[in-house]
Amino acid sequence: MILARVVGTVVATRKDPRLEGKKLLILKPVSPEGKDEAGYVIAVDTVSAGFRERVIAVSGSSARMAEGCKDTPVDTAIVGIVDDVHLD
Amino acid sequence: MLLGRVVGCVWSTVKNADLTGHRLLLVQPLTPELQATGKRIIATDWTGAGAGEIVYYCRGKECSFPFLPAEVPTDSTIVGIVDSIRVNRAARTEVATSALPPAAPARQVRGRNSRKS
Repeated sequence: MILARVVGTVVATRKDPRLEGKKLLILKPVSPEGKDEAGYVIAVDTVSAGFRERVIAVSGSSARMAEGCKDTPVDTAIVGIVDDVHLD
Repeated sequence: MLLGRVVGCVWSTVKNADLTGHRLLLVQPLTPELQATGKRIIATDWTGAGAGEIVYYCRGKECSFPFLPAEVPTDSTIVGIVDSIRVNRAARTEVATSALPPAAPARQVRGRNSRKS
């Protein structure tokens, strides 16, 4: 799982029917210190995350285990909103 | 499976119901020589690993298998705490060259990322 920040949304009309009703968000990976990292990823939101929120994103086939994503064509899902990161 | 060191933890209140009760730890991937390599990732914990401990973790869908029958949505889980590592001196260079980059899948798309404003 990676830490990421919500930076935008994606709207799609023509899509797989199993993705209907799912919120698609653009995520920017961030380091635990909060600095942006390279790249971005589009993820299905299962926890109602909002703009600029730090979230936990799970990728790969495990993303389909997120709530409501069973048997959907999804490879990244937001499964948690981060309250705090503690570095030892 | 890959070696890593526990470097912190993540708190989350609003999360997937199946993640409730699982500790989310920040793991720094390590080389067999215990040098940090690659991005830090968040992993669920099956062993009760503590801060600073060297662990091994697995990646992919198999990560949820320790928690069965619960379907925990995780793609990296700590499955063991390392007692000791011995790297054969002759094999070491071989390990170093063949070691795959951990964690983060390569994301080649650059430039005008996110959305046009």
